[in-house]
Amino acid sequence: MLREGEIRIPSGCAISGVISKSGTPINGREMIKSIATMHDRSNGLGGGFAGYGIYPQYPDLYAFHVFYDSNAAREECERFLDKRFDIINLSKIPVRKSDKITSEPLIWRYFVEPLKTRLKDSKLDEKEYVSRCVISINSNIEGAYVFSCGKNMGVFKALGYPEDVGEYFRLDEYEGYAWTAHGRYPTNTPGWWGGAHPFAMLDYSIVHNGEISSYDANRRNIEMYGYKCNLQTDTEVITYIIDFLLRKKGLSLTEAAKVIAAPFWSTIDHMDEEQAAQARYLRAAFSNLLITGPFSIILGFEGGLMALNDRLKLRSMVIGEKDDKVYMASEECAIRVIEPHLDRIWSPKGGEPVIVTLDSYKDKVFI
Amino acid sequence: MAIDYLYPEYEIVRDYDKCIACRVCERQCSNEAHWYDDGKGKMLCDNAKCVDCHRCVSLCPTHALKIVKSGHTFKENANWTGKTITEIYRQANSGGVLLSSMGNPEPFPVYWDKILLNASQVTNPSIDPLREPMETVTYLGKKPAKIERDENGRIKNNLSPTLKLSTPVMFSAMSYGSISYNAHESLARAASELGICYNTGEGGLHEDFYKYGPNTIVQVASGRFGVSKDYLNAGAAIEIKIGQGAKPGIGGHLPGIKVSEDISKTRMIPKGSDAISPAPHHDIYSIEDLRQLVYSIKEASDYKKPVIVKIAAVHNVAAIASGIARSGADIIAIDGFRGGTGAAPTRIRDSVGIPIELALASVDSRLREEGIRDDVGIVVGGSVRSAADLVKAIALGADACYIATAACLAMGCHLCRSCQAGKCNWGIATQRPDLVKRLNPDIGYKRLVNLVHAWDHEVKEIMGGMGINSIEALRGNRLMLRGIGLSSTELDILGIKHAGQ
Amino acid sequence: MKRVYVNEKWCLGCHLCEYYCTFANSGVSSMVNALKDKPLRPRIRVEEHDGISFAVSCRHCKEPLCVKGCITGALSVKNGVITVDSNKCVGCYTCILSCPYGCISPDDSGHAISKCELCTKNACGEPACVKGCPNQAIVYEDRDVTDTNKEAAV
Repeated sequence: MLREGEIRIPSGCAISGVISKSGTPINGREMIKSIATMHDRSNGLGGGFAGYGIYPQYPDLYAFHVFYDSNAAREECERFLDKRFDIINLSKIPVRKSDKITSEPLIWRYFVEPLKTRLKDSKLDEKEYVSRCVISINSNIEGAYVFSCGKNMGVFKALGYPEDVGEYFRLDEYEGYAWTAHGRYPTNTPGWWGGAHPFAMLDYSIVHNGEISSYDANRRNIEMYGYKCNLQTDTEVITYIIDFLLRKKGLSLTEAAKVIAAPFWSTIDHMDEEQAAQARYLRAAFSNLLITGPFSIILGFEGGLMALNDRLKLRSMVIGEKDDKVYMASEECAIRVIEPHLDRIWSPKGGEPVIVTLDSYKDKVFI
Repeated sequence: MAIDYLYPEYEIVRDYDKCIACRVCERQCSNEAHWYDDGKGKMLCDNAKCVDCHRCVSLCPTHALKIVKSGHTFKENANWTGKTITEIYRQANSGGVLLSSMGNPEPFPVYWDKILLNASQVTNPSIDPLREPMETVTYLGKKPAKIERDENGRIKNNLSPTLKLSTPVMFSAMSYGSISYNAHESLARAASELGICYNTGEGGLHEDFYKYGPNTIVQVASGRFGVSKDYLNAGAAIEIKIGQGAKPGIGGHLPGIKVSEDISKTRMIPKGSDAISPAPHHDIYSIEDLRQLVYSIKEASDYKKPVIVKIAAVHNVAAIASGIARSGADIIAIDGFRGGTGAAPTRIRDSVGIPIELALASVDSRLREEGIRDDVGIVVGGSVRSAADLVKAIALGADACYIATAACLAMGCHLCRSCQAGKCNWGIATQRPDLVKRLNPDIGYKRLVNLVHAWDHEVKEIMGGMGINSIEALRGNRLMLRGIGLSSTELDILGIKHAGQ
Repeated sequence: MKRVYVNEKWCLGCHLCEYYCTFANSGVSSMVNALKDKPLRPRIRVEEHDGISFAVSCRHCKEPLCVKGCITGALSVKNGVITVDSNKCVGCYTCILSCPYGCISPDDSGHAISKCELCTKNACGEPACVKGCPNQAIVYEDRDVTDTNKEAAV
């Protein structure tokens, strides 16, 4: 049987996310509890989490989380890293062994910063340098797979139900200002650890529920710009699109949302002239990055979360608010289980982004 | 009299029980195949004159007529077929180059028919175009290289000039001269009503049709007929025609007999003179010359119109397209070897060039490999026969399709492939006033509008089935395609998997 | 009121209108049976000269000379259509002589006349010549300017 990356595998899913606007630390246990409620939306073939603000001890270092099939792969990858990065700290990621999580790869974590000389020689900006190194490892080093590479954030994912994955990675020992979680229901695969979600690139992480019909149009377009869709999953391509639009093209979150879940032409015709001109421009300029078919995603980034549905809202997603916290999930129950007394709960329209940032990041995030 | 070696290819079969001798067949046949015999009191015919255009069949009020392929045969021979033998006789008789019309009729593979489309089941929903918006609007042209903002942070509109099409179909180039005034009027009015574009071809633009400018692509071909500053600025886009699928590497020839007063004025050449388009543009002997012409045209049109470069699909098409994409052109049009023509040397038409499906797939792949696919729009033509072909073309990577043979069929053409004779019984490929008037543009344009509307409905239906609600999400979406009965080389070139994979 | 109008620009001189007209008014269900080896008695006729052709049929004049001249009251105007009552017609042909357009002819019997009645008396619905014209050279349209419009125009 072909594994993820060798074949494209559609899957259904559950997603959940939470953020504290004031930056109050939230324990990983909360997210496990939330995603566990939607147990039936996944089938044990993948679960994962992304936590933001979880590495306060190394806030300025890139935290690489890597799966290895073998020690040989690890050695090759470490040689690669050594040449390009200053490795400040490396260790196995601590796990709690469980019979519910099997066929484990070697899981390592590195806190790194790019070697100044190499970075300068490359004539790339730092983020581009890091992302190219990651894409290179994932494409070229057999048996090595970097699944998280942002600063002060980390992705934890595995085969299994998400609640078991959370226990396995001892997420109760982490605290962060924001979390996202994912339970997976792939349709025809034995599953693979790397194929679980969230999918991350630098500090962007995506959890996604849906099956996009525009996949190959999007993939073939984004691959022109230096990305390589090794996993052939929707989440991977969506992450790359977001990275491309935000980081490389300098779009705001709202503008990026208007590209990937573009308003219909008929809607644009009813907008006021300035808005219509912007929407038309974005559709014409990035027409190949429009995503069609059902999706609900939660994008994690440094300082915030953004929730977005496809423009027809073919997947469920609700947003809840309580004091300084904002919750986002496929189903209301996943929010109520961790916060029964919400100030407000609503279902955003298709294509309407819900963007929440840390209060301290209000001016730093390009909304 | 010399022996006529040729036996008529078609036979006119008349059911005398049904024939009321109304003589409409006689009046309508420009080839004079029918006549009324007073003595016998019945209609007679000469099969040798019949081109199988069905004008008489279509107008016969009692359906007393049909045309059948002659059962007459040469002694069977798989190598020396009847067609080959006949052609030798014709050349031995005339000493000339064989001429043919319309697209390559030979039994080469039609890849459209070996590609199957996908639909959604369970894991994602199909979308009902009757209930949800389904978008086929297409913008053709370059994508901006970078986002620019004004002092208030608002995005500046730095889009290059584009063509906006309500649906990804355009009528491809057919010159006034090769087709009639009424055919041009039908195309222009239909394009205007549909919100798409038609193409003047190389014959200039009749002064009556300047009003359809926003839906007109004006062509600049090697003969430069009818090209002026006003002409260049009259349309929505300007197309430099390098080649044509039916006759790559070959120019054109409109015989002087067709250069009437009106055509002479439109083409800006003396009345009755042969209009000969050279094989190459004599100011383009290499790719860097093309760049100069592209920019000359942009200068002349104040950088307000997208420039299209049209080439025939030949062996090295991917590399050529890459050169064009870097020449400053906004759109590349590729014409496959099944594309039609008013007249082409038979040998060229039937043996030069490659199928559009393969050309498109390799051009799209190549431009993506080079990271320049967003720098140009791709339009393909050369026998896009139906909405299914159109969807397959877009999923292979085209932005839009050019149709001409299908458009001619909509106007009444019966594909008799005798355009070069200038006696088109349907009023399309002719300049004879009595024949031209047979195509009433009120009817012709409506039939074109109907055809494109019908295709648009079908495209939306197919997209909905795939769970796609906007045409841009179909563009280059090759996962929506599977090959059937294709070799692995063919699948590799098309960039698709085999059905079942 | 809707009338038959002819646009000579699009007339191909194919004469099909004459055949469709004769058939429509024959009362026979098959065109072959109606027309094969029978004399053609169309109520519309194609005039041709020097490459120009057009079909001519009753104009249904507002002040019809044929009706005025009819000695038996066989011709009358019903809802704008000039119709003939063949029971009353005695075949005097006064109308044929008085029609300025030459649109009235003797009928098959030779004892009465026949003329275009806009297919109101047969099963055709829309006039057969209009339906049968392959090039929309014969159309059935209401081009009357209403009285109010006329006033406005004045």
